[in-house]
Amino acid sequence: MKIAVCVKHVPEGSARIDPGSKRLDRSGEGALNRFDANAVEEALRLKGESETEVVVVSMGPEKAADSLRKALAMGADRAVLVSDDAAAGSDLVATSRVLAAALEREGADLVLFGQQASDGDGAVLWAAVAERLRRPVVSQAAALSLEGAGVHVKRQTEFGYDVIEAPLPAVVAVSDAINEPRYPSLKGIMGAKKKPQEVLTLAELGVDAAQAGEAGSQTTVLGLASPPARGGSQKIEDDGNAAQAIVDFLAEKRLL
Amino acid sequence: MKTLVFVEHHGSELQKGSLGVLAKAASLDGDVAAVLVGGGVTALTAEAGSYGAATVHVADDDSLEPPLPQPRVDVLAKVVRDGGYDTVLFANSVLAADVASGLAARLDAGINWDLADLVVQDGALVGKRPALGDSVYADVGWKSEPRIALFRAGSFDAAPTGGDAPQVEAVALELEPYSTEAKVVGQELEESTGPSIEDADVIVAGGRGLGAPEGFALAEELARALGGAVGATRAVVDAGWYPYAAQIGQTGKTVSPKLYVALGISGAIQHKVGMQSSSTIVAINKDPNAPIFEFSDLGVVGDLHEIVPKLTELVNQQRNS
Repeated sequence: MKIAVCVKHVPEGSARIDPGSKRLDRSGEGALNRFDANAVEEALRLKGESETEVVVVSMGPEKAADSLRKALAMGADRAVLVSDDAAAGSDLVATSRVLAAALEREGADLVLFGQQASDGDGAVLWAAVAERLRRPVVSQAAALSLEGAGVHVKRQTEFGYDVIEAPLPAVVAVSDAINEPRYPSLKGIMGAKKKPQEVLTLAELGVDAAQAGEAGSQTTVLGLASPPARGGSQKIEDDGNAAQAIVDFLAEKRLL
Repeated sequence: MKTLVFVEHHGSELQKGSLGVLAKAASLDGDVAAVLVGGGVTALTAEAGSYGAATVHVADDDSLEPPLPQPRVDVLAKVVRDGGYDTVLFANSVLAADVASGLAARLDAGINWDLADLVVQDGALVGKRPALGDSVYADVGWKSEPRIALFRAGSFDAAPTGGDAPQVEAVALELEPYSTEAKVVGQELEESTGPSIEDADVIVAGGRGLGAPEGFALAEELARALGGAVGATRAVVDAGWYPYAAQIGQTGKTVSPKLYVALGISGAIQHKVGMQSSSTIVAINKDPNAPIFEFSDLGVVGDLHEIVPKLTELVNQQRNS
């Protein structure tokens, strides 16, 4: 069995948007998206002591190799990075196209995603990738198990939980409630360097450069502005009359 | 502009978030249609009409009732193609996000998500997308049609537009084999009392400052007095004080009620992103340096265990007078 985990390299610390390109500034230090660590952990948990191969797959700048190495240090077996200048600035439609091509090449039985990217610049990707792979998809998995030739998933929703079953091959996005990701051991960190790490261009994946990056994207950032300002705020100390002050405030705002 | 709005239902109720998006679409120029997918949804078409849908496409089949995204992608793709819709709008939810994303891939269409608003600027549709913890608003656009947009919960008021009875059109089912492979084999629904936090006009949320799980009684009583719902921070949900369904923040729900009352909440960024678009924020915290005061309309430095019972009593008096 083969499990592929899609991961993202996200900027560390306080992110900024580059005013020129209007894209997230990815020039600084980065790290493995913490929500993707849940997906890596879940793959390793499913693998256990079995012969299952866990492959981590990412699209991003060359530096994204750092994040892949972290996943390898956690215990993943192999890494594939799609890195190509022509892929920079890909929107969801273009990113899903490139990732789906990389995943097709792997032919994994199960593809895992984390629930969101902490840089806010990526979410809901799994459903687009599953559509391109023409596979069943289940998101917000709070519990996941392999049963027979399929997955058994407890999906967290606004209304409670849905229990969903789907045959393999399938795509599952896990919630961060599913597990506590392990920290890489020293042995894992040392061992990661020796594990196979591939870097692929779009051409090597057979993806036309015009179908990726800004050229292949169907959305665009037109401009940046300050958010609508909040009205004047006030702060008071409770002198025993705070409850009345709050009621007066709410009455004035017609909220009672 | 020819707009299609995915209107989500739960049981026999249309979801307020999607009705808000429908009302918003109706406020922009052009033809507005809704699409309902599920078992027995034909009964809900008139309500969709009253929020601005001139046409309601229905895929009414019991096999479609389980809340799975892929059959919905099949239905929407067919409606968009056959009806020539140039814009498809969604209110965010676990289900709607997956439908929107799958539809984008199916149609190779541009999708902008996490939008707080949609406007027409110089004849072009522009989405407003808060970014970086809402410190920046990005104007986002589409380079082709159809345009797909997914809105934050509570972006728009769900106010009936008083539209006429809509034209109802049945959608012939044509499902992809892979769309029907996932099956819902069970559900554990949490029976909620009072409004759900996404639909509530008032939310009273509690954090660590409540002191103990029992402290949530204070939040619940105030919420009842104000006719609102109870929310919670990630910290107290992780600690087992309150159910996850009430969690507000980056890993919980995003809400934007008319009034948000924060009790004993410090205002960590994790929480802030889930509630800062609330119209009015009132915070009570004993720490004068709590970050929540930076984005509150009224901040009260004091002991919530003293203030909240009095506040609840005063609100009840006001309501009953």
